[in-house]
Amino acid sequence: MSEAANTQPEFQIQTEYVADPYSLPLEEVNPAQGVLFQNDAHWPYFERLRKEDPVHFTAESEFGPYWSVTRYEDIKYVDMNHQIFSSEGGITLADQDEDFQLPMFIAMDPPKHDEQRKVVAPVAGPRNLAALEPQIRERVCNILDSLPRNEDFNWVKHLSIELTTQMLATLFDFPFEDRYKLTRWSDVATAPPGTGLVDSEEQRRAELLECLEYFTGLWHERAKRDEPGNDLVSMLAHGESTRDMLSRPMEYLGNLILLIVGGNDTTRNSLTGGVLALNQFPDEYEKLRQHPELIPNMVAEIIRWQTPLAHMRRRALVDTELGGKTIKAGDKVCMWYVSGNRDEEVFENADRLVIDRKNARQHVSFGFGIHRCMGNRVGEMQLRIVWEELLKRFDKVEVVGEPKRVYSAFVKGYAELPVRLIER
Amino acid sequence: MPKITFIEHDGTERTVEGQVGLSVMRAAIDNLVPGIDADCGGECSCATCHVYVDPAWMAKVGQPGEREESMLDLNPERESNSRLSCQIPVTEELDGLVVTVPEFQM
Repeated sequence: MSEAANTQPEFQIQTEYVADPYSLPLEEVNPAQGVLFQNDAHWPYFERLRKEDPVHFTAESEFGPYWSVTRYEDIKYVDMNHQIFSSEGGITLADQDEDFQLPMFIAMDPPKHDEQRKVVAPVAGPRNLAALEPQIRERVCNILDSLPRNEDFNWVKHLSIELTTQMLATLFDFPFEDRYKLTRWSDVATAPPGTGLVDSEEQRRAELLECLEYFTGLWHERAKRDEPGNDLVSMLAHGESTRDMLSRPMEYLGNLILLIVGGNDTTRNSLTGGVLALNQFPDEYEKLRQHPELIPNMVAEIIRWQTPLAHMRRRALVDTELGGKTIKAGDKVCMWYVSGNRDEEVFENADRLVIDRKNARQHVSFGFGIHRCMGNRVGEMQLRIVWEELLKRFDKVEVVGEPKRVYSAFVKGYAELPVRLIER
Repeated sequence: MPKITFIEHDGTERTVEGQVGLSVMRAAIDNLVPGIDADCGGECSCATCHVYVDPAWMAKVGQPGEREESMLDLNPERESNSRLSCQIPVTEELDGLVVTVPEFQM
C-alpha cells in the first residue's frame, strides 16, 4: 500500500537478526525488521513488549523512530481515535518517497477519506458479493479441479495467487486473459527493491506507471458507457467525488494500488495460512472434517491466526498519553495487529488455532474505526468457499515441507508452501 | 425487563428480554439473535451490529452520536432509521422496541 514507493535508497537487506529479544536491552528491541518476519522470529519480540513495555519507543530503525503499540485494547484505542492518530500521508512504517507520492483514501483523514471510500465501498459490500458468489464458486471449483494430483506443488502459486487474482479481475472487470498483470503490480508495489522481485526503485516506478496507463485505458472505456458497471473502475469513473480523479493520475494510481494490494496479498496469505495452521494443529483439522458447519467461524479464526497485515501506522497530531507514555505530536505510532491478535488477555491460548473459538471474530486484523477493512467480506467469502469446496474433494491438504515466508514487516505472508493433496 | 423485538430479513420475529443498562446489541448476542456480528464487542468501531429502528420508535431511541455517525456514514445500506445497536442502551422506556436486522452486515 503506501509502502508502494517508500524504500530509502540506502536500504540494505538484513540477513542477520537477534533470535532472543530478551538478550537485548529493552530500548534496543525493534520488531520492525523484515528479516524477523521472514524467519518467523518476531513472536518473542511481541511477547516481551506486551509483557514489559506495551507502548514501546524504538529510537533507531530502518523507518526512523517509532512507537510500537502491542496490546489489543491499546491498538483498538489508537485505531478508533483517528482525530488524534492520523492516517494522512501513509499507513505503513515506511514513508513514501517525496518525488513519487501515491495518495490513496486509506492514507487520508476525513472528510476526503470518507468521500472517496464511499464511492468504491459498494463493490465489496455484501449485497454485490451475494450476486457474485455463484461465479466465484465456479472459479474456485475450476481451480481446485485442476490442481496437481499425486505430486507435491506450491499451494501459494497454484491456489492462493490464482484465486485472488481471478477475484480481483472480477471486481475490476479486468480483461481476464491479462489478469496476471494484477498480481505482478501488487507484488511490485510492496516489495523492497533487491529482494528478488524488482531490482531498482526506477524499475518499480516504471512498472507502476504501466499499471496507471493500462487502467487509464479502462477508465476511458468505462466512463463512456451510459450505464455504469458494478466494477471498481466504473464506480470511480462515475462516482460524484471521484469522477475527476483522472486529472490527478497519481491519486488514481494510489487508489488502484490500494485496491489491488488490499484485495490480493491479504486473502492470498490467509488462504495459505489456513492450510499451514490446520497442519500444525491436526486435531483442529479433524474437528473441521467432523463439523464443516464451523467453517464461517474458522475463517475468522484463520484471519486472526494469520494476521495478513502485521501492522498499520498512524502519526500523532497532538501530544497524547498512551499506556503511561507521552507520545509527541508528529511521532509515528505503529499498531502491531500481529501482536494484538496474540494478546492472551483477550484470546486464550492465543498461539493456537481453535476453529470454534468463541471470540474469533473480535480479531483486530481488519482494524477498527473508520479505516476498518472495506474488503473484509470479500476475503471471508473467498476463504469460506475454498474450505467448503476443499472438504468436499479432499481428505487433507498436507503440508510436505517448510513454508518460505516473505521479507516484510508489513505484508505477513508466504512465497511458498509445499503441499500434497490427499484424496478422500 | 424491557422486551425487544428483532425482525430478521426473512420476516422471522424474535422477542427477547433486554437488561437495563446494557445495549440492544448485547440483548441480541446474549439471546443468539442471528444477523448481528458485533465484531468490536460494542465500541462503535466496526458497524457490524447495524439495525433499522422501527420508525415509530425513532423519537425515543434518538439519533446517532458523532462517532456512530462517522461509522454509519460509510455504510452504503444506511437509511434514516439506521443505528448501531451497541450504541442504544436498553431502558424501561424502550420496552416493546422493534428493530429490523439488515440482510447483510458490512
